[in-house]
Amino acid sequence: MNAARLDDYREVTSKGTMCFLRSLAERVRGRRFLHVNSTSQGGGVAEILHRLVPLMADLGVDARWETIKGDPAFFSVTKAFHNALQGQEALITKDMLEAYIETNRQNASNLSLEGDLVLIHDPQPAPLINHRPPEGKWVWRCHIDLSHPQRQAWRHLRKYVAKYDGAVFSLPKFAQRLAIPQFLIYPSIDPLSDKNRELSKAELNGILDRLAIPRDKPILLQVSRFDRFKDPIGVIDAYRLVKKHNECRLILAGGGAEDDPEGGAVLGQVREKAGFDPDIHILELPPDAHLEINALQRAATIVVQKSLREGFGLTVAEAMWKGKPVVGGAAGGITVQVIDDVTGYTVHSVEGAAFRIRHLLNNPDLIARMGEAGREYVRHEFLITRHLTDYLTMLLVLTA
Amino acid sequence: MSERAQVPFEFFCCIELRQMLGLKAETEKELAGLIKQVSLDSIYYHTYGLLLRHRYRAGAFSNDFATWVAVQVGDRVLGERLAVLDPLSFDTLVDLRDEIVSVIDSHLKSIVVVPRVAYGEPFHFIQSRIVAVPAGMTAQTLQEFRQAVSEVDDRTLYYHTLEARVRLKHGRNDFAAWLRDGLNLPTLAARIGALDPFTGGLERVRTQMLAYCDQVLIQGRDL
Repeated sequence: MNAARLDDYREVTSKGTMCFLRSLAERVRGRRFLHVNSTSQGGGVAEILHRLVPLMADLGVDARWETIKGDPAFFSVTKAFHNALQGQEALITKDMLEAYIETNRQNASNLSLEGDLVLIHDPQPAPLINHRPPEGKWVWRCHIDLSHPQRQAWRHLRKYVAKYDGAVFSLPKFAQRLAIPQFLIYPSIDPLSDKNRELSKAELNGILDRLAIPRDKPILLQVSRFDRFKDPIGVIDAYRLVKKHNECRLILAGGGAEDDPEGGAVLGQVREKAGFDPDIHILELPPDAHLEINALQRAATIVVQKSLREGFGLTVAEAMWKGKPVVGGAAGGITVQVIDDVTGYTVHSVEGAAFRIRHLLNNPDLIARMGEAGREYVRHEFLITRHLTDYLTMLLVLTA
Repeated sequence: MSERAQVPFEFFCCIELRQMLGLKAETEKELAGLIKQVSLDSIYYHTYGLLLRHRYRAGAFSNDFATWVAVQVGDRVLGERLAVLDPLSFDTLVDLRDEIVSVIDSHLKSIVVVPRVAYGEPFHFIQSRIVAVPAGMTAQTLQEFRQAVSEVDDRTLYYHTLEARVRLKHGRNDFAAWLRDGLNLPTLAARIGALDPFTGGLERVRTQMLAYCDQVLIQGRDL
């Protein structure tokens, strides 16, 4: 994919946003904005930085992106840390913490950390704050669900976060008791990426044929990891309640489970629950199956995201961008994205999900209306251009 | 009526940088207590700031406090009592804050059990900082002004009607001030200054402004 330019977004974002961005850019032209994270490939953060950084450069900001390096031991520590911060049980020993600090120290001596604004993404590079140059503002950008962190893990991370000039969270419920300013910035989707761009009919049909998805019945789709918090079993239960009255297919599409022992167990339960129902399709997709996800979302009649616990859940915005109503669990960022009765429904139970799906299947006009409203809402709130505006505003305010 | 203003009107657009205060309420009593404590910028965000949000996210009522008690707590009565407050009828944000607290306090005195959020979400306090940048448009005549108003983003309307008046303490709607002082159109200025964005939203303000401007342009004199 070529480096992104703001003009590429002229067709998908509002004229007001484009004008505002250009005007804002005039005020921050030449300022240095450094992003630091832990990987250049894979994951939502890298995905969005690949587009955001060139867009900032296109607007005249001196934007750079550095990634920290670490050995597998370091990343197993940060994975444990990541899980603990999201409230899961994880043992973090003193040795692990030392490896975490030491790897960051080594990275600090190898990386160029100068910037008027330095945005450190997620916990992995957070200790770099101990090596900040004398000039520039440093902000910690938290992309994870920090609403119920394990106390030990947060106590440790907090020591670093408290030294920053500010922190950015994706939802108010993720904010912490901190003396530094905590900003609220929603994540975003890129409407021009393979996951979200328009697909031709031929492309769409080709992908669906490859995935062996018939288009003879309305399709209910949930795209998510095979994880208990995403409640795939609950989705099958809801589908079965719907199926008593309405013909439909259910597609559960998610990442492979090879590197996640619990994911494997959940996938096994999902397969068992699905039994031999020919209308349930369980798809294990590789991490780079962006076009496949795009096609599935476009083929769906209703998108379900029945999470019991959720970070932000950008699959909801992806679905709404494609004009689909969403039935989502009332968890995490789903409640911010799904506007009840307008872009879909938030639900609290299997029965609630089934009721709303049936209601929609029986009201095709409502599906169309909600789909249209969802796309308009995403255009305003969850596109990369809004994200860019927020970051440039922060650059302007903090480096004034 | 002057054909051409000596000083052109420069349109600004704005965006808010939202800052979370790390304070949350789970009962109506906590809500009232925290409203007394938080900055006026937070009161502003949860009342005036609503108009800067997408209409789907603005909620069912005219301020966040009303929406939260009605939707998350399920107390429709208090929701309605808070919803009817008109921010523009208060001279200062302090007065507005006092009235909100007073409405909640008197409601709590009339009931036995303090309503709390059971299944919904707590109320999270946020404050915002508005950043304004030139929108790239200026006007020196009424015709140019009308054209710009028809094209600008609704955030520009917000900035000149509410932000200017309340937080920048201009004490007046920027548009009205320029029409009166720059183009000597006192009646048009008064009509535009009296438009209430809380009852119909900023798009309705735009439509009404355009209609008033058209009348003046057709008649060739003030309303």
